[in-house]
Amino acid sequence: MGNTFLLVLVVVTALGFDFTNGFHDTANAMATSIATGALPPKTAVALSGVLNLVGAFLSLSVAATIASGLVDTHVVTLTVVFAGLAGGITWNLLTWFFGIPSSSSHALIGGVIGSTIAAAGGHAVQWHNLVEKVIIPAGLSPVIAGGIAVVGTWVIYRISRNVEEGTRTRGFRIGQIGSASMVSLAHGTNDAQKTMGIITLALIVNGSVSANASAPFWVILTCGLAISIGTYAGGWRVIRTLGKGLVEIESPQGMAAESAAAATILLSSHFGYSLSTTHVATGSILGSGVGKKGATVRWSVAGRMATAWVFTLPSAGVVGAAGYGLANGIGGDAGVIVAFAVLVAIAGMIFAKSRKNKVHSDNVNDEWTGTPYPARTAEPSMAA
Amino acid sequence: MDSWIDLHALWKIVVIGLAAGAGLPALFAIGLRVLAPPRHDAHRVEPGTGTITMAPANVAAASVCFAVVLAAIGYGIYLIVAGS
Repeated sequence: MGNTFLLVLVVVTALGFDFTNGFHDTANAMATSIATGALPPKTAVALSGVLNLVGAFLSLSVAATIASGLVDTHVVTLTVVFAGLAGGITWNLLTWFFGIPSSSSHALIGGVIGSTIAAAGGHAVQWHNLVEKVIIPAGLSPVIAGGIAVVGTWVIYRISRNVEEGTRTRGFRIGQIGSASMVSLAHGTNDAQKTMGIITLALIVNGSVSANASAPFWVILTCGLAISIGTYAGGWRVIRTLGKGLVEIESPQGMAAESAAAATILLSSHFGYSLSTTHVATGSILGSGVGKKGATVRWSVAGRMATAWVFTLPSAGVVGAAGYGLANGIGGDAGVIVAFAVLVAIAGMIFAKSRKNKVHSDNVNDEWTGTPYPARTAEPSMAA
Repeated sequence: MDSWIDLHALWKIVVIGLAAGAGLPALFAIGLRVLAPPRHDAHRVEPGTGTITMAPANVAAASVCFAVVLAAIGYGIYLIVAGS
Protein backbone atom coordinates (compact mmCIF):
# COMPACT_ATOMS: atom_id res chain seq x y z
CA MET A 1 0.00 0.00 0.00
CA GLY A 2 1.13 3.48 -0.77
CA ASN A 3 1.23 6.74 1.03
CA THR A 4 -2.25 7.80 2.16
CA PHE A 5 -1.18 11.25 3.28
CA LEU A 6 0.33 12.09 -0.08
CA LEU A 7 -2.66 10.62 -1.87
CA VAL A 8 -5.04 12.89 0.04
CA LEU A 9 -2.90 15.91 -0.84
CA VAL A 10 -2.94 14.93 -4.52
CA VAL A 11 -6.72 14.43 -4.50
CA VAL A 12 -7.23 17.85 -2.88
CA THR A 13 -4.95 19.46 -5.47
CA ALA A 14 -6.77 17.65 -8.28
CA LEU A 15 -10.13 18.91 -7.03
CA GLY A 16 -8.59 22.38 -6.81
CA PHE A 17 -7.57 22.07 -10.44
CA ASP A 18 -11.09 20.90 -11.31
CA PHE A 19 -12.47 24.01 -9.61
CA THR A 20 -10.22 26.31 -11.67
CA ASN A 21 -11.23 24.33 -14.74
CA GLY A 22 -14.91 25.07 -14.15
CA PHE A 23 -14.21 28.63 -13.14
CA HIS A 24 -12.09 29.28 -16.23
CA ASP A 25 -14.53 27.69 -18.64
CA THR A 26 -17.90 29.13 -17.56
CA ALA A 27 -17.27 31.60 -20.35
CA ASN A 28 -17.23 28.97 -23.08
CA ALA A 29 -20.88 28.21 -22.57
CA MET A 30 -22.30 31.34 -21.04
CA ALA A 31 -20.28 34.38 -22.21
CA THR A 32 -22.47 34.97 -25.27
CA SER A 33 -25.74 34.51 -23.36
CA ILE A 34 -24.58 36.97 -20.73
CA ALA A 35 -23.36 39.48 -23.33
CA THR A 36 -26.64 39.49 -25.28
CA GLY A 37 -28.78 39.58 -22.15
CA ALA A 38 -30.40 36.23 -22.93
CA LEU A 39 -29.77 35.28 -19.30
CA PRO A 40 -28.98 37.40 -16.24
CA PRO A 41 -25.32 36.73 -15.29
CA LYS A 42 -26.08 34.94 -12.01
CA THR A 43 -28.75 32.76 -13.60
CA ALA A 44 -26.40 31.87 -16.43
CA VAL A 45 -23.61 30.63 -14.15
CA ALA A 46 -26.08 28.73 -11.96
CA LEU A 47 -27.62 26.97 -14.96
CA SER A 48 -24.19 26.16 -16.35
CA GLY A 49 -23.04 24.81 -12.98
CA VAL A 50 -25.99 22.44 -12.67
CA LEU A 51 -25.58 21.20 -16.24
CA ASN A 52 -21.87 20.59 -15.67
CA LEU A 53 -22.75 18.38 -12.72
CA VAL A 54 -25.30 16.47 -14.77
CA GLY A 55 -22.79 16.16 -17.60
CA ALA A 56 -20.17 14.70 -15.26
CA PHE A 57 -22.47 11.75 -14.61
CA LEU A 58 -23.61 11.27 -18.21
CA SER A 59 -20.60 9.78 -19.89
CA LEU A 60 -17.39 8.23 -18.63
CA SER A 61 -15.66 7.35 -21.88
CA VAL A 62 -12.66 9.69 -21.78
CA ALA A 63 -11.85 9.17 -18.11
CA ALA A 64 -8.38 7.82 -17.39
CA THR A 65 -7.20 8.36 -20.96
CA ILE A 66 -5.71 11.76 -20.36
CA ALA A 67 -2.34 10.73 -19.08
CA SER A 68 -2.06 7.06 -20.00
CA GLY A 69 -1.64 7.66 -23.72
CA LEU A 70 0.72 10.59 -23.35
CA VAL A 71 3.28 9.61 -20.76
CA ASP A 72 4.77 6.31 -19.66
CA THR A 73 2.61 5.61 -16.62
CA HIS A 74 5.28 3.38 -15.06
CA VAL A 75 7.40 6.40 -14.20
CA VAL A 76 4.47 8.36 -12.80
CA THR A 77 4.49 8.79 -9.03
CA LEU A 78 2.18 10.76 -6.75
CA THR A 79 4.74 13.55 -6.72
CA VAL A 80 4.69 13.69 -10.53
CA VAL A 81 0.90 13.89 -10.56
CA PHE A 82 0.96 16.57 -7.89
CA ALA A 83 3.53 18.71 -9.73
CA GLY A 84 1.59 18.35 -12.98
CA LEU A 85 -1.57 19.57 -11.31
CA ALA A 86 0.32 22.47 -9.78
CA GLY A 87 1.48 23.50 -13.27
CA GLY A 88 -2.08 23.33 -14.58
CA ILE A 89 -3.52 25.35 -11.70
CA THR A 90 -0.87 28.05 -11.93
CA TRP A 91 -1.37 28.55 -15.67
CA ASN A 92 -5.17 28.55 -15.28
CA LEU A 93 -5.02 31.25 -12.61
CA LEU A 94 -2.55 33.41 -14.54
CA THR A 95 -4.56 33.32 -17.77
CA TRP A 96 -7.75 33.98 -15.80
CA PHE A 97 -6.10 37.03 -14.24
CA PHE A 98 -5.36 38.41 -17.71
CA GLY A 99 -8.84 37.45 -18.89
CA ILE A 100 -7.52 35.05 -21.51
CA PRO A 101 -9.65 31.99 -22.30
CA SER A 102 -6.92 29.35 -22.47
CA SER A 103 -7.41 25.62 -22.43
CA SER A 104 -7.57 23.91 -19.05
CA SER A 105 -6.96 20.57 -20.72
CA HIS A 106 -3.74 21.82 -22.26
CA ALA A 107 -2.68 23.31 -18.93
CA LEU A 108 -3.19 19.93 -17.26
CA ILE A 109 -1.50 17.95 -20.04
CA GLY A 110 1.40 20.41 -20.16
CA GLY A 111 1.85 20.25 -16.40
CA VAL A 112 1.87 16.46 -16.31
CA ILE A 113 4.29 16.23 -19.24
CA GLY A 114 6.60 18.78 -17.64
CA SER A 115 6.71 16.97 -14.32
CA THR A 116 7.19 13.63 -16.08
CA ILE A 117 10.16 14.97 -18.05
CA ALA A 118 11.64 16.35 -14.82
CA ALA A 119 11.18 12.98 -13.14
CA ALA A 120 12.21 10.57 -15.89
CA GLY A 121 13.45 12.46 -18.93
CA GLY A 122 11.99 13.15 -22.36
CA HIS A 123 11.80 9.51 -23.45
CA ALA A 124 8.97 8.93 -20.97
CA VAL A 125 6.73 11.15 -23.11
CA GLN A 126 4.93 9.65 -26.10
CA TRP A 127 5.58 12.55 -28.44
CA HIS A 128 3.79 11.07 -31.44
CA ASN A 129 0.59 10.66 -29.43
CA LEU A 130 1.00 14.15 -28.04
CA VAL A 131 1.09 15.61 -31.55
CA GLU A 132 -1.64 13.37 -32.92
CA LYS A 133 -4.10 13.53 -30.03
CA VAL A 134 -3.47 16.95 -28.57
CA ILE A 135 -1.64 19.39 -30.82
CA ILE A 136 -3.21 18.67 -34.21
CA PRO A 137 -6.79 18.54 -32.86
CA ALA A 138 -6.06 21.78 -31.02
CA GLY A 139 -5.07 23.42 -34.28
CA LEU A 140 -7.98 22.03 -36.29
CA SER A 141 -10.88 22.26 -33.85
CA PRO A 142 -11.21 26.06 -33.60
CA VAL A 143 -11.03 26.32 -37.40
CA ILE A 144 -13.75 23.70 -37.90
CA ALA A 145 -15.99 25.14 -35.19
CA GLY A 146 -15.34 28.64 -36.51
CA GLY A 147 -16.24 27.59 -40.05
CA ILE A 148 -19.49 26.03 -38.88
CA ALA A 149 -20.30 29.20 -36.96
CA VAL A 150 -19.59 31.38 -40.02
CA VAL A 151 -22.01 29.32 -42.12
CA GLY A 152 -24.60 29.17 -39.36
CA THR A 153 -24.46 32.89 -38.67
CA TRP A 154 -24.71 33.83 -42.34
CA VAL A 155 -27.63 31.46 -42.94
CA ILE A 156 -29.72 32.49 -39.94
CA TYR A 157 -29.27 36.21 -40.61
CA ARG A 158 -30.31 35.56 -44.20
CA ILE A 159 -33.39 33.56 -43.19
CA SER A 160 -34.47 35.97 -40.50
CA ARG A 161 -33.66 39.22 -42.33
CA ASN A 162 -37.33 40.15 -42.69
CA VAL A 163 -38.22 39.34 -39.13
CA GLU A 164 -38.83 42.39 -37.02
CA GLU A 165 -35.78 43.27 -34.88
CA GLY A 166 -37.31 42.84 -31.42
CA THR A 167 -38.96 39.54 -32.26
CA ARG A 168 -35.75 38.25 -33.75
CA THR A 169 -33.67 39.19 -30.73
CA ARG A 170 -36.15 37.59 -28.33
CA GLY A 171 -36.55 34.47 -30.43
CA PHE A 172 -32.87 33.80 -30.79
CA ARG A 173 -32.29 34.46 -27.10
CA ILE A 174 -34.37 31.36 -26.42
CA GLY A 175 -32.36 29.39 -28.95
CA GLN A 176 -29.20 30.73 -27.40
CA ILE A 177 -30.13 29.47 -23.94
CA GLY A 178 -30.77 26.03 -25.41
CA SER A 179 -27.50 25.85 -27.31
CA ALA A 180 -25.47 27.27 -24.41
CA SER A 181 -27.00 24.60 -22.17
CA MET A 182 -25.75 21.95 -24.56
CA VAL A 183 -22.24 23.39 -24.37
CA SER A 184 -22.40 23.29 -20.55
CA LEU A 185 -23.51 19.67 -20.66
CA ALA A 186 -20.75 18.80 -23.11
CA HIS A 187 -18.24 20.58 -20.88
CA GLY A 188 -19.31 18.49 -17.89
CA THR A 189 -19.01 15.25 -19.87
CA ASN A 190 -15.56 16.19 -21.19
CA ASP A 191 -13.72 18.21 -18.62
CA ALA A 192 -14.88 16.69 -15.34
CA GLN A 193 -13.62 13.40 -16.71
CA LYS A 194 -10.12 14.71 -17.11
CA THR A 195 -9.80 15.25 -13.36
CA MET A 196 -11.52 11.93 -12.71
CA GLY A 197 -8.85 10.36 -14.90
CA ILE A 198 -6.05 12.09 -12.98
CA ILE A 199 -7.41 11.05 -9.56
CA THR A 200 -7.93 7.50 -10.80
CA LEU A 201 -4.35 7.53 -12.08
CA ALA A 202 -3.16 8.65 -8.64
CA LEU A 203 -5.17 5.85 -7.02
CA ILE A 204 -3.65 3.31 -9.39
CA VAL A 205 -0.12 4.64 -8.84
CA ASN A 206 -0.64 4.43 -5.11
CA GLY A 207 -1.90 0.87 -5.38
CA SER A 208 -5.27 1.82 -3.88
CA VAL A 209 -7.16 0.39 -6.86
CA SER A 210 -6.15 -2.12 -9.51
CA ALA A 211 -4.50 -0.90 -12.71
CA ASN A 212 -7.56 -1.36 -14.90
CA ALA A 213 -10.03 0.14 -12.49
CA SER A 214 -12.50 2.74 -13.64
CA ALA A 215 -13.19 5.85 -11.59
CA PRO A 216 -14.82 5.01 -8.21
CA PHE A 217 -18.15 6.67 -7.47
CA TRP A 218 -16.77 9.13 -4.91
CA VAL A 219 -14.31 10.36 -7.53
CA ILE A 220 -17.09 10.98 -10.06
CA LEU A 221 -19.17 12.77 -7.43
CA THR A 222 -16.43 15.02 -6.06
CA CYS A 223 -15.13 15.91 -9.53
CA GLY A 224 -18.62 16.73 -10.74
CA LEU A 225 -19.19 18.92 -7.69
CA ALA A 226 -15.82 20.69 -7.92
CA ILE A 227 -16.25 21.63 -11.58
CA SER A 228 -19.84 22.64 -10.97
CA ILE A 229 -18.99 24.90 -8.02
CA GLY A 230 -16.13 26.36 -10.04
CA THR A 231 -18.49 27.07 -12.90
CA TYR A 232 -20.94 28.75 -10.55
CA ALA A 233 -18.19 30.94 -9.11
CA GLY A 234 -17.86 32.26 -12.65
CA GLY A 235 -14.57 33.39 -14.13
CA TRP A 236 -15.99 36.83 -14.87
CA ARG A 237 -12.78 38.12 -16.42
CA VAL A 238 -12.79 35.43 -19.08
CA ILE A 239 -16.55 35.78 -19.58
CA ARG A 240 -16.02 39.46 -20.28
CA THR A 241 -13.27 38.84 -22.84
CA LEU A 242 -15.25 36.21 -24.71
CA GLY A 243 -18.61 37.96 -24.54
CA LYS A 244 -17.56 41.57 -25.04
CA GLY A 245 -13.93 41.66 -26.10
CA LEU A 246 -13.67 39.35 -29.07
CA VAL A 247 -16.84 40.19 -30.98
CA GLU A 248 -19.71 42.57 -30.30
CA ILE A 249 -22.33 39.89 -30.24
CA GLU A 250 -26.10 39.74 -30.91
CA SER A 251 -28.40 36.91 -29.98
CA PRO A 252 -28.54 35.23 -33.44
CA GLN A 253 -24.73 35.17 -33.46
CA GLY A 254 -24.74 33.78 -29.96
CA MET A 255 -27.00 30.95 -30.95
CA ALA A 256 -24.91 30.17 -34.05
CA ALA A 257 -21.69 30.21 -32.03
CA GLU A 258 -22.93 27.96 -29.22
CA SER A 259 -24.57 25.53 -31.64
CA ALA A 260 -21.37 25.20 -33.62
CA ALA A 261 -19.38 24.70 -30.41
CA ALA A 262 -21.80 22.11 -29.01
CA ALA A 263 -21.87 20.16 -32.28
CA THR A 264 -18.08 20.15 -32.64
CA ILE A 265 -17.39 19.10 -29.05
CA LEU A 266 -20.01 16.37 -28.92
CA LEU A 267 -19.11 14.93 -32.32
CA SER A 268 -15.39 14.94 -31.58
CA SER A 269 -15.79 13.20 -28.25
CA HIS A 270 -18.07 10.71 -30.00
CA PHE A 271 -15.12 9.95 -32.31
CA GLY A 272 -12.77 9.67 -29.35
CA TYR A 273 -11.08 13.07 -29.51
CA SER A 274 -10.95 14.86 -26.25
CA LEU A 275 -10.86 18.45 -27.43
CA SER A 276 -10.36 21.68 -25.62
CA THR A 277 -13.78 23.21 -25.07
CA THR A 278 -12.09 26.59 -24.86
CA HIS A 279 -10.49 26.42 -28.29
CA VAL A 280 -13.75 25.33 -29.86
CA ALA A 281 -15.88 27.96 -28.16
CA THR A 282 -13.44 30.75 -29.00
CA GLY A 283 -13.26 29.66 -32.64
CA SER A 284 -17.05 29.59 -32.81
CA ILE A 285 -17.50 33.05 -31.34
CA LEU A 286 -14.91 34.42 -33.75
CA GLY A 287 -16.75 32.68 -36.59
CA SER A 288 -20.04 34.25 -35.58
CA GLY A 289 -18.35 37.64 -35.93
CA VAL A 290 -16.93 36.82 -39.35
CA GLY A 291 -20.28 35.47 -40.59
CA LYS A 292 -22.22 38.63 -39.86
CA LYS A 293 -21.76 41.53 -42.21
CA GLY A 294 -20.41 44.60 -40.46
CA ALA A 295 -19.80 42.92 -37.12
CA THR A 296 -16.92 44.16 -34.98
CA VAL A 297 -14.24 41.49 -34.67
CA ARG A 298 -11.22 42.44 -32.58
CA TRP A 299 -8.46 40.45 -34.20
CA SER A 300 -5.89 41.81 -31.76
CA VAL A 301 -7.78 40.14 -28.90
CA ALA A 302 -7.95 36.93 -30.94
CA GLY A 303 -4.23 37.15 -31.61
CA ARG A 304 -3.45 37.51 -27.93
CA MET A 305 -5.52 34.41 -27.19
CA ALA A 306 -3.83 32.39 -29.91
CA THR A 307 -0.43 33.38 -28.51
CA ALA A 308 -1.51 32.21 -25.06
CA TRP A 309 -2.67 28.90 -26.54
CA VAL A 310 0.73 28.26 -28.07
CA PHE A 311 2.40 28.94 -24.74
CA THR A 312 -0.03 26.91 -22.62
CA LEU A 313 1.61 23.48 -22.99
CA PRO A 314 5.22 24.62 -22.51
CA SER A 315 4.46 27.13 -19.73
CA ALA A 316 2.39 24.72 -17.67
CA GLY A 317 5.13 22.19 -18.40
CA VAL A 318 7.83 24.45 -16.99
CA VAL A 319 5.82 25.07 -13.81
CA GLY A 320 5.11 21.33 -13.54
CA ALA A 321 8.82 20.56 -13.91
CA ALA A 322 9.77 23.23 -11.38
CA GLY A 323 7.16 21.89 -8.97
CA TYR A 324 8.62 18.41 -9.30
CA GLY A 325 12.14 19.77 -8.88
CA LEU A 326 11.17 21.55 -5.66
CA ALA A 327 9.24 18.63 -4.17
CA ASN A 328 11.84 16.08 -5.17
CA GLY A 329 14.77 18.26 -4.15
CA ILE A 330 13.53 18.50 -0.58
CA GLY A 331 12.30 14.94 -0.79
CA GLY A 332 9.60 12.84 0.83
CA ASP A 333 6.30 14.12 2.17
CA ALA A 334 7.96 17.32 3.33
CA GLY A 335 8.91 18.21 -0.25
CA VAL A 336 5.35 17.88 -1.49
CA ILE A 337 4.05 19.85 1.50
CA VAL A 338 6.46 22.72 0.74
CA ALA A 339 5.48 22.66 -2.96
CA PHE A 340 1.82 22.64 -1.93
CA ALA A 341 2.40 25.66 0.32
CA VAL A 342 4.13 27.50 -2.54
CA LEU A 343 1.18 26.70 -4.83
CA VAL A 344 -1.32 28.02 -2.28
CA ALA A 345 0.79 31.17 -1.85
CA ILE A 346 0.93 31.80 -5.62
CA ALA A 347 -2.82 31.25 -5.92
CA GLY A 348 -3.43 33.61 -3.01
CA MET A 349 -1.26 36.29 -4.57
CA ILE A 350 -3.07 36.13 -7.90
CA PHE A 351 -6.45 36.32 -6.15
CA ALA A 352 -5.34 39.27 -4.05
CA LYS A 353 -4.08 41.12 -7.13
CA SER A 354 -7.30 40.40 -9.02
CA ARG A 355 -9.36 42.13 -6.35
CA LYS A 356 -7.87 45.50 -7.27
CA ASN A 357 -9.70 45.52 -10.58
CA LYS A 358 -12.48 43.15 -9.87
CA VAL A 359 -14.79 41.88 -12.59
CA HIS A 360 -18.12 40.59 -11.30
CA SER A 361 -21.67 39.91 -12.38
CA ASP A 362 -22.56 43.61 -12.33
CA ASN A 363 -19.80 45.06 -14.49
CA VAL A 364 -19.08 42.07 -16.73
CA ASN A 365 -20.99 43.64 -19.64
CA ASP A 366 -19.52 47.15 -19.43
CA GLU A 367 -18.08 48.74 -22.56
CA TRP A 368 -14.92 46.98 -23.82
CA THR A 369 -11.90 49.19 -23.25
CA GLY A 370 -9.11 46.84 -24.18
CA THR A 371 -8.45 45.51 -20.70
CA PRO A 372 -9.87 42.45 -18.95
CA TYR A 373 -11.52 44.71 -16.39
CA PRO A 374 -13.86 47.66 -17.05
CA ALA A 375 -12.38 51.16 -17.04
CA ARG A 376 -14.62 52.41 -14.28
CA THR A 377 -14.29 49.83 -11.56
CA ALA A 378 -17.35 49.53 -9.39
CA GLU A 379 -17.22 49.22 -5.61
CA PRO A 380 -15.30 46.02 -4.87
CA SER A 381 -17.93 44.93 -2.36
CA MET A 382 -19.68 42.45 -4.64
CA ALA A 383 -19.19 38.77 -4.16
CA ALA A 384 -17.35 37.07 -6.98
CA MET B 1 -0.06 11.54 -42.97
CA ASP B 2 -2.76 9.13 -41.84
CA SER B 3 -0.83 8.33 -38.70
CA TRP B 4 -1.17 11.98 -37.71
CA ILE B 5 -4.70 12.83 -38.76
CA ASP B 6 -7.69 10.53 -38.95
CA LEU B 7 -9.14 12.01 -42.13
CA HIS B 8 -12.10 9.66 -42.03
CA ALA B 9 -13.23 11.02 -38.66
CA LEU B 10 -12.33 14.55 -39.71
CA TRP B 11 -14.66 14.81 -42.69
CA LYS B 12 -17.46 13.20 -40.69
CA ILE B 13 -17.02 15.79 -37.95
CA VAL B 14 -17.08 18.59 -40.53
CA VAL B 15 -20.15 17.31 -42.42
CA ILE B 16 -22.26 16.23 -39.44
CA GLY B 17 -21.02 19.30 -37.58
CA LEU B 18 -22.34 21.54 -40.34
CA ALA B 19 -25.67 19.74 -40.38
CA ALA B 20 -26.12 19.95 -36.62
CA GLY B 21 -24.20 23.11 -35.78
CA ALA B 22 -25.42 25.28 -38.65
CA GLY B 23 -28.43 23.34 -39.95
CA LEU B 24 -30.34 23.20 -36.67
CA PRO B 25 -30.00 26.96 -36.00
CA ALA B 26 -31.16 27.51 -39.59
CA LEU B 27 -34.25 25.37 -38.95
CA PHE B 28 -34.86 27.33 -35.77
CA ALA B 29 -34.59 30.55 -37.79
CA ILE B 30 -37.11 29.24 -40.32
CA GLY B 31 -39.49 28.41 -37.50
CA LEU B 32 -39.07 31.89 -36.10
CA ARG B 33 -39.62 33.47 -39.47
CA VAL B 34 -42.90 31.72 -40.25
CA LEU B 35 -44.17 32.54 -36.77
CA ALA B 36 -43.12 36.18 -36.69
CA PRO B 37 -44.81 38.91 -38.70
CA PRO B 38 -42.48 40.07 -41.48
CA ARG B 39 -40.96 43.49 -41.18
CA HIS B 40 -42.56 44.87 -44.36
CA ASP B 41 -46.09 43.71 -43.58
CA ALA B 42 -48.45 46.66 -44.01
CA HIS B 43 -50.77 45.34 -41.34
CA ARG B 44 -48.03 44.69 -38.89
CA VAL B 45 -49.07 45.03 -35.29
CA GLU B 46 -46.75 47.25 -33.30
CA PRO B 47 -44.41 45.13 -31.18
CA GLY B 48 -45.79 44.33 -27.80
CA THR B 49 -49.12 46.07 -28.28
CA GLY B 50 -51.49 43.41 -29.37
CA THR B 51 -52.17 39.93 -30.51
CA ILE B 52 -51.39 38.74 -33.96
CA THR B 53 -53.59 36.17 -35.57
CA MET B 54 -51.43 33.52 -37.17
CA ALA B 55 -52.38 31.22 -39.96
CA PRO B 56 -52.66 27.61 -38.74
CA ALA B 57 -50.35 26.55 -41.54
CA ASN B 58 -47.63 28.83 -40.19
CA VAL B 59 -48.05 27.49 -36.69
CA ALA B 60 -47.88 23.94 -37.99
CA ALA B 61 -44.75 24.61 -40.05
CA ALA B 62 -43.03 26.32 -37.13
CA SER B 63 -43.97 23.47 -34.81
CA VAL B 64 -42.39 20.98 -37.18
CA CYS B 65 -39.17 23.04 -37.29
CA PHE B 66 -38.92 23.33 -33.51
CA ALA B 67 -39.84 19.67 -33.04
CA VAL B 68 -37.04 18.56 -35.37
CA VAL B 69 -34.55 20.77 -33.50
CA LEU B 70 -35.64 19.33 -30.14
CA ALA B 71 -35.55 15.77 -31.46
CA ALA B 72 -32.01 16.26 -32.79
CA ILE B 73 -30.85 17.60 -29.41
CA GLY B 74 -32.50 14.64 -27.68
CA TYR B 75 -30.73 12.25 -30.04
CA GLY B 76 -27.44 14.00 -29.37
CA ILE B 77 -27.84 13.53 -25.62
CA TYR B 78 -28.81 9.91 -26.19
CA LEU B 79 -25.57 9.39 -28.14
CA ILE B 80 -23.49 10.86 -25.30
CA VAL B 81 -25.10 8.59 -22.73
CA ALA B 82 -25.00 5.50 -24.92
CA GLY B 83 -21.46 6.19 -26.08
CA SER B 84 -19.88 5.67 -22.69
